[in-house]
Amino acid sequence: MKTLHSKAFRRRAGQLLATASVVAAALAFANAASAQTLTIESWRNDDADVWNTKIIPAFNKKHPNIKVQFKADPPTEYNAALNARLAGGTAGDLITCRPFDASLDLFKKGNLASVNDVKGIENFSDVAKSAWSTDDGKTTFCMPMASVIHGFVYNKEIFDELKLTPPKTVAEFHAVLDKIKADGKYTPIAMGTADQWEAATMGFQNIGVNYWKGEEGRKALVEGKQKFTDKPYVDAFKELASWAPYMGDGYKAQKYPDTQNLFTLGRAAIYPAGSWDVPIFRKQADFEFDAFAPPVVNAGDKCYISDHTDIAIGINAKSQNMEAAKAFLSWVASPEFAEIYANELPGFFPLSKAKVDVKDPVAAKFVGWRGTCESSIRNSYQILSRGTPNLENELWNVSAQVMNGTMKPEEAAKKAEDGLASWYEPHKK
Amino acid sequence: MTDLTASSVPVTDVVPTRSRFPIHIAVFLAPALVIYSVFSIYPLIDTIRLSLYAGDETGARSFVGFQNFHTLLTDPNWSGQFWNALRNNLIFFAIHMVVQNGIGLGLAMLLSLPRLTGGSVYRTLIFLPTMLSVVIIGFIWQLMLNPLWGIAPSLLKAVGLGSLFGPWLGQESTALLTVSLISVWQFVGIPMMLIYAALLNIPDDLLDAATVDGAGPFSVFWFVRLPLILPTLGVVSILTFVANFNAFDLIYAIKGALAGPNFSTDILGTFFYRTFFGFQLQVGSPTMGAAVATAMLVIILIGVLIYLFGVQRRLQRHTF
Repeated sequence: MKTLHSKAFRRRAGQLLATASVVAAALAFANAASAQTLTIESWRNDDADVWNTKIIPAFNKKHPNIKVQFKADPPTEYNAALNARLAGGTAGDLITCRPFDASLDLFKKGNLASVNDVKGIENFSDVAKSAWSTDDGKTTFCMPMASVIHGFVYNKEIFDELKLTPPKTVAEFHAVLDKIKADGKYTPIAMGTADQWEAATMGFQNIGVNYWKGEEGRKALVEGKQKFTDKPYVDAFKELASWAPYMGDGYKAQKYPDTQNLFTLGRAAIYPAGSWDVPIFRKQADFEFDAFAPPVVNAGDKCYISDHTDIAIGINAKSQNMEAAKAFLSWVASPEFAEIYANELPGFFPLSKAKVDVKDPVAAKFVGWRGTCESSIRNSYQILSRGTPNLENELWNVSAQVMNGTMKPEEAAKKAEDGLASWYEPHKK
Repeated sequence: MTDLTASSVPVTDVVPTRSRFPIHIAVFLAPALVIYSVFSIYPLIDTIRLSLYAGDETGARSFVGFQNFHTLLTDPNWSGQFWNALRNNLIFFAIHMVVQNGIGLGLAMLLSLPRLTGGSVYRTLIFLPTMLSVVIIGFIWQLMLNPLWGIAPSLLKAVGLGSLFGPWLGQESTALLTVSLISVWQFVGIPMMLIYAALLNIPDDLLDAATVDGAGPFSVFWFVRLPLILPTLGVVSILTFVANFNAFDLIYAIKGALAGPNFSTDILGTFFYRTFFGFQLQVGSPTMGAAVATAMLVIILIGVLIYLFGVQRRLQRHTF
């Protein structure tokens, strides 16, 4: 009796399994036949919500038969994870592109397809495309999406309480800092050096553009006409070093989230910012805040801003859904996408030439500097971070050390220059 | 009767089965051997093979012999970081040997006191951090030591020692020591347990005999217990050595892959990670990374060999 029962059970289980596998195969076939599911690889896991509820539905209104999936890794793991998936052939159809060499490397290895023939690429200027083009500028391999702008965010209530006005020059900036420090209730500058990149990005690159005159200095550095040991760069480091007494207790062990909290809790007056902080502050700060551009050295000087091309999207060269992927990229180049992206993620500014209305007042202020100041990108990103030692890593290291007081500005400049000169021809002279 | 049955078993039936190749042994060894080969030996050999290649920008790889190792040891841009990481790793190891294993030994002695109440509670509590995730350990300690809202500065201030507090995780001079001590705090349970087990194995009559012969508690420890647990201390040392030279996670969780400030917390694991996977704008190099990994393997191998031939052979095992 028992054996009979188990035999019948086994047969039934076998049938069930067979049916299941047939159904699964049929489903897989049906899926392959429609062949219109695009997967996006990204590091913006913070934005998954916006992609899933705003951007993708808007795209589907135009292209109802292309399904899009947004798949994000944590930012610090993205490059490694993406490379592993590309090597294993399991990466998604659309790949969010880091600026410059990380993506150029993918293109050279044949992982990214050229987007020269994708409709909509003509909506972007050469500067916007520069971060995702070959060195000769002939081939572009990612559709530019957005840039981030540096500046200073300040707590308006503290400024009102202490009767301060947003500074325009470095001298005014220091006067403001002194007043906040003299009052003693608030930390003048919210910034820490434990993560190192804060010092380099929010510090050195943020204020530096005013010293090396934006693109002019950046290009001279790439061509070898300027060196890090030149005055503008040393001065930028000197200015950074002078911030140390105004930063919070134990800033050497203060990390980026600590810095953000210090500001959003209303305990610090000025926050050297990236525009991506705006939506976070909007959510967390219960006081009014505003922004001012990096102060210039002398009153009346032309102002520059770090308007850094940060994010783009390209096509996996091995994608099975090339046409659908191109359709998606064309849509990314459209003013409609720019409008949604700029307003759902204030602080990420579209790079297309289309005029976009940014509704968040602080984000609008950041993007407004494009009209009054000259834009430039971070000077370590193009070409200069190709060798060993890596210039970007070096800048993180020396900027943090300058602020920690363990390195003099001149030594920092010399270390960056020596590292560059050890492998980069134009700097070897 | 019994004699008859015994002698009726034909001897010739038994012999051939004995002389045949012992297939069952191969069968029983196969699973472990296959798994170990596929997941451990093959990757190891392939890593060594990969370290002899170099990739160009299109991703094509070509054989370059020992070029990668030459670069790693002679190019100042690489060797500076490599020796720095190795030196930090040795300091990391030394701190573990002295503090972790020292405290582990002390705790094991205390736990093996005959009239200790609540011994199992202490044992569990001290062993607990070992089972927590490194990410949680890193997060908790960063919060406690945080100069802005941590409990450490307020505690020190409460007892009037506020001036002693510093941003320990952020200073070049103290960061490595602090991270090491956090790791010690997490893993002190392991040497404690191993040594505790060894201490329990010592028969009471030996200790009683020593006491009767007039030995005080210190002499009993120094001349009876310590020699008897030396083999365990050896095992603990080699486990610490291998674990420390493969360490990565805690430093990555607390200081990131750039292991700041100024690479003062950079150890071989984080150096390998940056080289292999890349970092921010630094593009990763699998071949150079494999060279670093192979160098780590050699370092660990040398350490283990020194232990095997220099230490373990001199140790006498006592069985009771």
